Amino acid sequence: MIISDLTVDKRVNVDIISIPLKIIQKSMVIAHIHVIDFDDENNIINKNVLLHQAGEIWHISASPADKGVLATCYNKTADGKVVTCAAVWRMPAELEPGGHESPEDAASPAHALELLCHLGPAAHGSTACVAWEPAGDGKRVISLADNHILLWDLQESSSQAVLASSASLEGKGQLKFTTGRWSPHHNCTQVATANDTAVRGWDTRTMSQIYCIESAHGQLVRDLDFNPNKQYYLASCGDDCRVKFWDTRNVTEPVKTLEEHSHWVWGVRYNHSHDQLVLTGSSDSRVILSNMVSISSEPFGHLVDDDDLSEQEERSQEPPQDSVIATYEEHEDSVYAVDWSSADPWLFASLSYDGRLVINRVPRALKYHILL
Amino acid sequence: MKNDFRKMEDEMDRLATNMAVITDFSARISATLQDRHERITKLAGVHALLRKLQFLFELPSRLTKCVELGAYGQAVRYQGRARAVLQQYQHLPSFRAIQDDCQVITARLAQQLRQRFREGGSGAPEQAECVELLLALGEPAEELCEEFLAHGRARLEEELRSLEAELGPSPPAPDVLEFTDRGGSGFVGGLCQVAAAYQELFAAQGPAGAEKLAAFARELGSRYFALVERRLAQEQGGSDNSLLVRALDRFHRRLRAPGALLAAAGLAEAATEIVERVARERLGQHLQGLQSAFLGCLTDVRQALAAPRVAGKEGPGLAELLANVASSTLGHIKASLASVHLFTAKEVSFSNKPYFRGEFCSQGVRESLIVGFIRSMCQTAQNFCESPGEKGGATPPALLLLLSRLCLDYETATISYILTLTDEQFLVQDQSPVTPVSTLCAEARETARRLLTHYVKLQGLVISQMLRKSVETRDWLGTLEPRNVRAVMKRVVEDTTAIDVQVGLLYEEGVRKAQSSDSSKRTFSVYSSSRQQGRYAPSYTPSAPMDTNLLSNIQKLFSERIDVFSPVEFNKVSVLTGIIKISLKTLLECVRLRTFGRFGLQQVQVDCHFLQLYLWRFVADEELVHLLLDEVVASAALRCPDPVPMEPSVVEVICERG
Repeated sequence: MIISDLTVDKRVNVDIISIPLKIIQKSMVIAHIHVIDFDDENNIINKNVLLHQAGEIWHISASPADKGVLATCYNKTADGKVVTCAAVWRMPAELEPGGHESPEDAASPAHALELLCHLGPAAHGSTACVAWEPAGDGKRVISLADNHILLWDLQESSSQAVLASSASLEGKGQLKFTTGRWSPHHNCTQVATANDTAVRGWDTRTMSQIYCIESAHGQLVRDLDFNPNKQYYLASCGDDCRVKFWDTRNVTEPVKTLEEHSHWVWGVRYNHSHDQLVLTGSSDSRVILSNMVSISSEPFGHLVDDDDLSEQEERSQEPPQDSVIATYEEHEDSVYAVDWSSADPWLFASLSYDGRLVINRVPRALKYHILL
Repeated sequence: MKNDFRKMEDEMDRLATNMAVITDFSARISATLQDRHERITKLAGVHALLRKLQFLFELPSRLTKCVELGAYGQAVRYQGRARAVLQQYQHLPSFRAIQDDCQVITARLAQQLRQRFREGGSGAPEQAECVELLLALGEPAEELCEEFLAHGRARLEEELRSLEAELGPSPPAPDVLEFTDRGGSGFVGGLCQVAAAYQELFAAQGPAGAEKLAAFARELGSRYFALVERRLAQEQGGSDNSLLVRALDRFHRRLRAPGALLAAAGLAEAATEIVERVARERLGQHLQGLQSAFLGCLTDVRQALAAPRVAGKEGPGLAELLANVASSTLGHIKASLASVHLFTAKEVSFSNKPYFRGEFCSQGVRESLIVGFIRSMCQTAQNFCESPGEKGGATPPALLLLLSRLCLDYETATISYILTLTDEQFLVQDQSPVTPVSTLCAEARETARRLLTHYVKLQGLVISQMLRKSVETRDWLGTLEPRNVRAVMKRVVEDTTAIDVQVGLLYEEGVRKAQSSDSSKRTFSVYSSSRQQGRYAPSYTPSAPMDTNLLSNIQKLFSERIDVFSPVEFNKVSVLTGIIKISLKTLLECVRLRTFGRFGLQQVQVDCHFLQLYLWRFVADEELVHLLLDEVVASAALRCPDPVPMEPSVVEVICERG
């Protein structure tokens, strides 16, 4: 039961803040997706298991528009060969996150996912990653297959995927995309991808490369994330144990580099609302929450308009510093995924090889410091 | 008796009478002569007067003659004698004529003197004489001293020009010692003469005159200094300190005389300043020299390392290279110290200046030269840690290792040795704060640690890449039953052994944990059997993971967390442990990303057992290797849909064979 990825659904429940999480479990033949509801107020965790019969899942991403729809990349073993395919699925209605949970306990027979469509034939190679258009209506998906970047239009309520356009990366040797992110800025026309040590930006309208950070890291780049509040800012992490922050308008030098981890960094995520909070997970079994004030969209803290002067003065006395807020060592094995809750900006989850899911909160003191 | 007395009395009376007669006669004679005597006296007076008159009458012709003969001194003396009389009796027509004549002649005389003075050429003493005579002739002193100085200036400027010509644009200038010598005897000597003569002649001028002279000396002096500095600047490229110090010594010594003469002109101070400046520049130059020498050493080492090894003939070993670098660097430092020590030698005239006794020793030599060099050495070494990794690792790992050992050696012994040497040679009297030895040592140690850590990362990366490629490019599903250990594993062991040898050349063995009696016999049987049940069972239930993971989690609770890229200690075992940790962790992560067939899993089993057989001996705690390799096999088993492990005995046979 290897856990390959985790996504946090982009939903807010009004009455109780629940953090719906989907967790994938893999066996060699069929994979299980665990849908976990975390009720913050009552501290209750609910778990539901979905079967993913096509194969073990390596990557999963939820549709931003339809809470019941998700895309997976999964391994298919055929003729002694492993091919990674991608498909779009719908969860059974009663198991939709935030929906009414079934009263049965976790041992009940698992529900199966309903296949909506495959993302094309596997002719392009193994799919490494699927990314939904962040602010769209859940109709556009990018998938990265070997050295191809494919843009799909989902039609007829996602039951059909039509290849809209594609581009491929040419160069010496076998180039392979490892991961990609869709930028929420510029009207969702930019996608960033990583292959080996390079990070590239693409324009989805023309499917052409717009920037390229050659040797962004000393070794393989593992993950990327866009700053949700600052247009050109991008975070990357990789096997050189570093997390780098880039301004994509100047690709020669990183804006900032963090070297807190002692092994490969597998995931980096900006907080969705307070982009100074950056979460990283590494195979040194640690999760680190950093406060990158100096390059955030609120470099001087929250701007106070009508509050009394004394508070402003107090704030100006101590200019905020970039710092590590906390190091979480609950995991006993490599951490492969980290993400923030979309409902509550102060909650985050991390997932490690041994199947442990840890949900943590931003320290209260920092939370009040940022809010007040 | 009575008779006798009476006779005597009579005789005495007669005598008295005689005397009276004589007195009378004498008086009469002198009365007669009185008249004559008076006449003679008068005659003598008239004679003297006549002589004087004659002198006066002859004066014009004599003067003319003197002027013609060039006996200006004589003429001036005559003139001086006659002037007052002529002045007094100028109302008498005859005298007046003489005075007029004399004035004409004197004017001519003065003119001639001036002429001579202007023509110069005959050297300062004659000039001084001319001026003296002119002064005696009553010429205005103000004007004369102006002219005197102007004349001196012309002469000195001539000297300066000739010095400047020597500087010239063309390189074959005389050496710096000769230059300062010439300047010293020519210009400074001339200046001394002028100043001495001036002070003698125009002493009556008071402070205004002295001020004029001082200004004169200051102006010319500054031009001279400018020339000297230009010359010294040409010398900066050179390396011969003794010549330079001697030249500076001459320069400084020569300027002490005019310095004493003309305290107001501040020549001595300016000269000292120049010497100090040159000394400072020298120090900077030595620092640069040391740095470039160090870089040169490193280049040599790089070349030696990069040179292709001729079969059978080993190149110079690392230890030898290290010794070379260390000794040549130390040699350069000592040479520099000896070289700058010349500046403070007792016989050098400026060595007792406060700057050379205090600041030069402490701030100059100790801080900026020695401490500065050690710091820059550490910095240079650290720079090797920064760039590579990003740009393809241009630094050969052996160089990092060597530099690390060098810095460590500096920390343990060399720094304190060099500083003690410096303090002894330059008896530092200055109270200004200096960098303590401990601070420098700490810096060197930190540098050594960073270099060694970087070495570990670099070597670990090399082996990691090998392992990673081997895992990523292989088709693990379709692989055949393992018959052999894969070649890459042998390569890993070979490389690790090579690194072990390389590190062993420079670093001590270090401590390792007590070993169990028979480490190599351990196999993966424990793993394969104890974890098998339930774990790979096809009857998968959602609750299963808790139980199966429990075991490994509990085990991990009791074992320490492995910090993969952790700082290393200065010994071989620690370095090797670091490298092996990085490599095995990479293997683990790569295995987790693949899917294995049954034989793929078995191949991993064989490979890991092989690594285990050979790697345990390199590390501090063999338990660590076991732990990591167990993880690798366990992870491979998890990634295998059909996990049938190989019999441990078969694994052993294959490994022993291969």
